[in-house]
Amino acid sequence: MTEQYEPRIIAFCCNWCSYAAADLAGTSRLQYPPNIRIIKVMCTGRIDPVFVLQAFKHGADGVLVAGCHPRGCFYVHGNEKTAYRMEFLQDIMPMIGLEPKRLRLEWIAGSEPDKFARICREMVEDLKKLGPSPVRGGIF
Amino acid sequence: MSEELVGAALIIGGGIGGVQAALDLADSGFKVYLVDSSPSIGGTMAQLDKTFPTNDCSMCIMAPKLVSAGRHRNIEIISNAEITKVEGKAGQFKVTVTKHYPYINPQKCTGCGICAEHCPIEGPNWFDENLAPRKAIYVPFPQAVPLVYTIEKGMCIGCGECQKVCSAQAIEFKPYDEESRVIEVGAIILSMGFDKFKAFKKREYGYGIFPNVITNSEFERMLSASGPTGGHIIRPSDGDIPKRIAFIQCVGSRDAQLGHGYCSSICCMAALKEAIIAQEHEPDIQCHIFFMDVRAFGKEFEEYRIRAEEEYGIKISRNTRVAGIEEDHATGNLIIRYYRETKNQEDELVEETFDLIVLSVGMVPSDDAQRLCKKLGVKLNEFGYCWTSDFSPLETNVPGIFVCGTFSSPKDIPDTVAQGSGVAAKVGSLLSGSRGTLVSATEFPEEIDVTGQEPRIGVFVCHCGINIGGIIDVPTVTAYAKALPHVVYAEDNLYTCSSDTQERIKEKIKEHRLNRVVVASCTPRTHEPLFRNTLREAGLNPYLFEMANIRDQCSWVHMKEKEKATQKAKDLVRMSVMRAALLSPLPTQKVPVKKAALVIGGGLAGMTAALEIAAQGFPVHIVEKDRELGGNLRRINYLITGSDPKKILHEMIRKASENPLIKIHLATTVENISGYVGNFTTTLSSGEKIEHGVIIVATGGVEYRPKEYLYGISPRVVTQTEFGKMLAEDKIDAKTVTIIQCVGSRNREFPNCSRICCFTSITNAIELKRRHPETTVYILYKDIRTYGFNEVYYTEAARLGVVFLRYGEDSPPFLNENDGQLELIVKDQFLMEEFIIHPDLVVLNAAVRPNPDNERLAKMLKVPLTKDGYFLEAHMKLRPVDFATEGVFLAGLAHWPKLIEESISQACGAAARAVTILSKEELEAEAVVSCIDESRCRGCGRCEEVCEFSAATVREVAPGVLKAYINPALCKGCGACAVACCSGAITTKHFTDEQILTMVEAALREGVA
Repeated sequence: MTEQYEPRIIAFCCNWCSYAAADLAGTSRLQYPPNIRIIKVMCTGRIDPVFVLQAFKHGADGVLVAGCHPRGCFYVHGNEKTAYRMEFLQDIMPMIGLEPKRLRLEWIAGSEPDKFARICREMVEDLKKLGPSPVRGGIF
Repeated sequence: MSEELVGAALIIGGGIGGVQAALDLADSGFKVYLVDSSPSIGGTMAQLDKTFPTNDCSMCIMAPKLVSAGRHRNIEIISNAEITKVEGKAGQFKVTVTKHYPYINPQKCTGCGICAEHCPIEGPNWFDENLAPRKAIYVPFPQAVPLVYTIEKGMCIGCGECQKVCSAQAIEFKPYDEESRVIEVGAIILSMGFDKFKAFKKREYGYGIFPNVITNSEFERMLSASGPTGGHIIRPSDGDIPKRIAFIQCVGSRDAQLGHGYCSSICCMAALKEAIIAQEHEPDIQCHIFFMDVRAFGKEFEEYRIRAEEEYGIKISRNTRVAGIEEDHATGNLIIRYYRETKNQEDELVEETFDLIVLSVGMVPSDDAQRLCKKLGVKLNEFGYCWTSDFSPLETNVPGIFVCGTFSSPKDIPDTVAQGSGVAAKVGSLLSGSRGTLVSATEFPEEIDVTGQEPRIGVFVCHCGINIGGIIDVPTVTAYAKALPHVVYAEDNLYTCSSDTQERIKEKIKEHRLNRVVVASCTPRTHEPLFRNTLREAGLNPYLFEMANIRDQCSWVHMKEKEKATQKAKDLVRMSVMRAALLSPLPTQKVPVKKAALVIGGGLAGMTAALEIAAQGFPVHIVEKDRELGGNLRRINYLITGSDPKKILHEMIRKASENPLIKIHLATTVENISGYVGNFTTTLSSGEKIEHGVIIVATGGVEYRPKEYLYGISPRVVTQTEFGKMLAEDKIDAKTVTIIQCVGSRNREFPNCSRICCFTSITNAIELKRRHPETTVYILYKDIRTYGFNEVYYTEAARLGVVFLRYGEDSPPFLNENDGQLELIVKDQFLMEEFIIHPDLVVLNAAVRPNPDNERLAKMLKVPLTKDGYFLEAHMKLRPVDFATEGVFLAGLAHWPKLIEESISQACGAAARAVTILSKEELEAEAVVSCIDESRCRGCGRCEEVCEFSAATVREVAPGVLKAYINPALCKGCGACAVACCSGAITTKHFTDEQILTMVEAALREGVA
C-alpha cells in the first residue's frame, strides 16, 4: 500500500512570514521534496477550517498551516486565532478517520528558511510512514 | 521672479544610487535626467551575481527598480552620454549632454536582438569582464534599461548587415558620432560610482601573466547564471573546474605605496559571499581567503562570516599579506607562501597550491569622474574621491551639486541606496519651491470593463535565464498551460520581468483580448507590483493578475529533481490559472494624505530627518523621551576630523527649535498609533493627539553596560564613552592605557559587530597620544574594522606608537586586579606570544545595543525586529530605510550601529522617502479588503470582536436592525472576520472562499480542468 506512495501536501502560508520563508528557502537553495503545493493567504487568520477539510476531501495526505510566530503576526493576532481553530480541528479529525498528525500547524518567521525546508522534509517523511490518507478519493 | 528655480535634477551615473535618487525625486514632483556613460543603467550592481548577506540574486532584486526608472514618466534616461559643459548656479544650471553613437533610434528599437545575431564582428565585452566576446552591436545584459541596442564605433566595420535585418528600421548610420543637447536643471547629483583597481599594477600577483589568476569581478561574472560561462566556475588555462580556490584580499586597497591608503569596505564580505556561492555551485571546491582583517561590520555580516567558516568550512587566514604568487608551468597551478599560526609558539612558513586565485581588487575613483569634477569645480579628497565632510556627507563644495554612493567613499549597496534617497532629500529641499512645475501625473488608460466576459487568460512562463529554465522544462510547462481551460495564449520568455517583455505582454493583451494574466516566474513578493502595473498600462484592472511561483518555491528548491520540479511547475501554473479565472477587478480607492510627519526620537538621525522634511515645506512632530534633544550625539565630545560635535549639536537644536514647521515634544513618548499610510493618528503620553501621514523611527541605540573585565568593580575600568568624557575634560592620569575591543559584541550571545567601536577607539587613542605622547596605549582587538577612509587613522595611530595586539576568537584577554594593580594577560595572534600588561586604565569598547524601547514600539507600529532587537527594514539591500509597512521609515542606530555621516545620510534618505508620500495629495488605498453582504448579516458582532484594526463595527441601520459595516480605509484585508462570520456574510476580496478552494482543488486533482 505504501510503496511508491508520494504524499500530497497542501500548505497554507501567510504572505508576511511563512511565504517569505519559503521564498528565502529558494534564495538560499535549501532543498526539500517537491510534494508541497503552497497556497498564499494574507494571514493564517484567513484560513477557514473548511479549507483544510476540503483539502483532505480532495485527496491531500497532509496539510500544513504556517504563519508568523506568536506576537509576530502582521495582523496582530491572526495566527493565534488560527491556532485555536486548527487545534480544535485536530481534536475532531479522528471522528472522520483522519490522524490529527496529518494537519500540522507551524510558526515560521520570514528569516527561517531552514525551518521551512526542515518542516517540509519532516512532513513528507512522517506522511510516508503514516501511509496515504484514509479519505483519499473523497470518502465523505 | 528672475531667481526662479528649475524643478528638475540631473543625475550623473545610473548605478543603484543614481537610480534610487531618480525614483525618489521623480516620485516627489521633480523632473529627472538620468545620464549614464554606458548603454544601460544598472552600474556595478548589474554585474554582480549575488549580494551579501542574504545571497539574493542581484539582478532579480535590482530589475524592478531599473524597470520602474525606465518607465517612470518623470525620468528621462540618456544613455551612452557624458556631460561636456556646465554653466549657471544652484537652482539654474545649463548642462550640455553629449550622446555618443547615436546610430540607433531608441523610439524604434524593440530590443529584439536580431541585429546582434547577424553582426559579424566580435570583440571585448566589458560587462562580462572580457571573459566572453560580444558583438559590435549590443546591449550589455538582457535586462538592460533602456533596452536599446548600441553600435560601438571602434568595433563596427560599417558592413550594414544589422541595418538589413532590422525590421523596425531603427538603425540610421550618420556621418557624425555624437549629438549634443542642452538641458536646464536646478541641481546636479554625482553618482558616478567607482572603477575597479587594475590588478596588473600589483605585479607580484601575476595578473595578466598567469592565466589562472583572476579578479573578483571576473569571478562574479563566472558565478552568474547569465554570465559568460553560464554559471560554471572554470580555470581560464584549461577550462577545468578548480578544486582549490584562494582569495587574496586588499589588492589595491590599504596600500599606501600605491597611494590607496583606504579600505574598500566591501571586499571582505564580497569574498566571503563568492566563496560560499562557489562552494554551493561545486561542492568539491575548497576556498581559502587570505585577509588582513576580516571586515564584516554591517548588519548581520558577522553571522555571515561565522556561517562561512562553520557551515561551509571556508578557510580564513588573518594578518596575511601574501607576498607573491608563483606558477607551476606544467599544470598552471599557483603556489602561495604564507605564515600559518601553529599551536606551539612557532609560526610556520607554509606553501599551499591552488587551482585558481581570485584577487579581491579594491575600488578606485574613475578618471572620467575626476575630470568632470575639475570641470565643475568640485573638490576631490586626497584619494581622488569626491570631498565631503562628516556632518554633510551628501554635499560637495559647490552649492547645488550633490554626491551619493561610492564616488564619495567606498560603501556597500544599502549605504549607497540610503545615500541615493538622502541626496534626493537635499535636492528636494533646494528646489522645493519648484516642485511639480515640470512633471505630469501618472495616467493610465481607462480601464476595460471585463464584467460579464468569459475569462480569456494569457500565461507567460519565465526561464529566468537558467534559474528556472535550467531545472524546469519551460516549453513543456508553456504547452501545458496553453491547453488549460480559459487560456487563450501562452508563451515563454527568457526574462518575463524585462522591459521588452512588459511591452510584449501589453501587445498580447490587446492582440488576444486577454482579460486575465498569469505569470509563472519568481515570487509575487518582489515582482507582482511590476506586472500589475503592466496590466494597468494595458487598460486592465491590476487585480486581474496572478503569479505562479515556480522559481523560489520550485526550481530553486528542487534542483536535483528536474522531472518532479517540472510536474510541480505544471501544478502551480494550473492552480494559478484556475484562480485567475475567478478573479474580479477591484476598485482603487483614493485616500487623502495628512501632510505632516511624526519623527520618533530626537537624536542626530531624528533631528536631521525632521529638518529635511521641514525644509521641503511639511510640518514635523519630533517626539523625544528625554528632556532635551540630541540623543547619543550629546555624549560625543571629540571627532577626529576636527569638527566640533557640541557646536554642531547646539546649532542643530537651535535650527529645529526655531523652525516654525517643527513641533518638539520633549519628555514625551508615543502611547498609541492608529491608521495607515497617509492617515495616521498618534496619541502621545501627554494626551495630545497628532495627525500625520508618515512616521520615521529614529530611536537610536544604547551603550552596553559591561559585566566583564571588572567593570563596576575596579574604578580603573571604564567604557569608551566614559573614556571620551575623561579625555575631553583632560582627566587622564595614566602611564599605560589599554583599550579592549568587542566587549559585549562578537560573542556567542551577540555574535554581530557593533561597527563603530574600532574607529571610536582609534579616534580616542590618537587624541590621547597627541596630548600625551609618553602614554603607552594598547588596543586589543579581534579585527580592526576601520573601513573606508578611516583606515588612514588606523595607520596614523600605529605611526603615533599605539600598540595593536590581536586576540583570538576563543582566547579573550584576562584581566585581574591585585592590590590595586591591574594585570592583563593577552595572547597575540600574530606573534603567538603571551603578553602581560599592567595598565593604569582599562577602556572597554562596549558594544552598541538596540534601544530597549524598540520592542514596544515595534508592536505598536506592527513592524518587525531582527533577532538582536534592531528594527528590520523592508529589504536589507534595496530598501534600507523603508519598512514593509507603508508610510513608516527608519534611520540611524535604530537600524544598526553606524557612524555620524552614515546616520545623517540615512536620515536624509528616510526624509526623502517620506516626502514621496507627503508631496502627494492622495494615495491609492489597499483594495484587498473585506466587505459585508448586508442581506446575510445578522448583526451578531463577531467580526467586530475579531477585527484588530477597528474596521468592523455593528451599526443600527433601522430601528432594531443591526448590521455590520467594514471601513475600507481601516481594513487591512487579513480576512479574520470572513472566517469568524457565522452567516457567510463577509467576503475578503481577492481571497474569497471560492478563489482559495479552487486552488486547493486544482492542486490535488491533476487534469481537474
